[in-house]
Amino acid sequence: MDCNRKITAFLIVAMALLAGSWGASPAAAQKVKSVILATTTSTQDTGLLDVLIPIFEKKTGFMVKTIAVGSGQAMAMGRKGEADVLLVHSPDDEKAFMKAGFGARRRLVMHNDFIIVGPAADPAKIKGTKKSADALKKIAKSESLFVSRGDNSGTHAKEKNLWKAAAVKAEGQKWYQQTGLGMGQTLAVAAEKKGYTLADRGTYLALKKKLGLDILVEGDAKLLNIYHVIELIGKNFPKVNVAGGTAFADFMVAKETQKIIKTFGVEKFGSPLFFPDAGKRVESLGK
Amino acid sequence: MGIFLDGIWQAFYLLVTLDPEVLRITLLSLQISGSATLISMLLGISSGAAVALAEFPGKRVVISLINTGMGLPPVVVGLFVTMFLWRNGPFGFLEILYTPVAMVIAQAVIAVPIVTGITIAAMQNLPPNLRLQILSLGATRIQMVWILMKEARLPLLAAVMAGFGGVISEVGASIMVGGNIKGFTRVLTTATVMETGKGNFELAIALGIILLLLAFLITGVLTIIQQREKRR
Repeated sequence: MDCNRKITAFLIVAMALLAGSWGASPAAAQKVKSVILATTTSTQDTGLLDVLIPIFEKKTGFMVKTIAVGSGQAMAMGRKGEADVLLVHSPDDEKAFMKAGFGARRRLVMHNDFIIVGPAADPAKIKGTKKSADALKKIAKSESLFVSRGDNSGTHAKEKNLWKAAAVKAEGQKWYQQTGLGMGQTLAVAAEKKGYTLADRGTYLALKKKLGLDILVEGDAKLLNIYHVIELIGKNFPKVNVAGGTAFADFMVAKETQKIIKTFGVEKFGSPLFFPDAGKRVESLGK
Repeated sequence: MGIFLDGIWQAFYLLVTLDPEVLRITLLSLQISGSATLISMLLGISSGAAVALAEFPGKRVVISLINTGMGLPPVVVGLFVTMFLWRNGPFGFLEILYTPVAMVIAQAVIAVPIVTGITIAAMQNLPPNLRLQILSLGATRIQMVWILMKEARLPLLAAVMAGFGGVISEVGASIMVGGNIKGFTRVLTTATVMETGKGNFELAIALGIILLLLAFLITGVLTIIQQREKRR
């Protein structure tokens, strides 16, 4: 019977500890009104949100629940009223989203650019190619491995546009592989398989030292990577936290925040990861 | 190999210096998975015993369904729980999506079939005449069930360990219903996925090692209780 007592004692202690722990910390945070931010993996993987969100929370008292998914999924959450504010980088889809009446306001936050990276050996000889379309044509022609996100993210949407511009049907080709993973992991796959891929500069710079992939094509105007913040319309979904979403969107375009974005990453990577653009016109970017 | 060694070193460093962030996600992992295990233990052992001891039509179908449930893919559980808990879903009024409570629910859904399935096997493995003997000694039905459970306690402890092992190591459901929110729903497994995505492989390995240590510690305590009993 000794053993039974021991088991019982163990269970009682475990239950008491667990009950105590629920009474204590994180559950208490639920009382605070929360803002669900649906965003892309790149804002999280670069560490930008880790810097910005604590400042926002301190300032406004809202608690931010960051759900880092692809831009496509973030907008799908917005369509269902399962998010309060979106920070995304898939302009064509965003325009469709606004047109369909899901968003209240869409404001420019920042940009960086996409780059085509690949192994230093560069089997398709694309290094220095000025136009992204020409580079992709060369990759297709030499049938060199190209690793795609394949996850409906903003990067994936951009990549599909680029293939279209190059008039290459990549999907289904032997040399074209889709990971269905985030940017960081897709870069790791490309590095491992010595393939090419399209990446946002922020995530690439953050991971650069582990990868062994080189920047081969950059600077094409088609490669701009533009982030917008979108507030949702409350009338479609009464549960959407409009005040919180608006507060976050305002915060993202506020002067002090933009200043932080401007210097973010300079210390660690030697160059900024994002360029703040609040108040600018999209057409003026990259000039 | 360098990364792996760095990871071990970093795990050691984080543990020794009691890094507050790592400490917090470790405790949260323990809290969430521990609660889910307790819930699954209560539901799983009772329903497992009921299924094992009762005779009813379709019993084999029920058991094979439960056995299938032992292999429930966590992402599928995560998807369903998420859809139920969506603001505009059937249980949206609870407002618990992206909270630790939602993670406990999802993990309990994963663990209950595991505990139930092993409980059924354990109870059915007892000598069939034992029940008759107990009853003939004048025990009530409830007393009989209680004695049978005591008799099967070693495999029942194994059931609990299997349930705990299933949920503490699970990431698909946790990241979906919890959202990996810093300081709130970030646990060891979801943090490992995120750090891998960020390319912080050393930290990811360190978190993985801490996770293994935690699992080892908990199942170790249970195993000691279990094995000590066996020797006697």
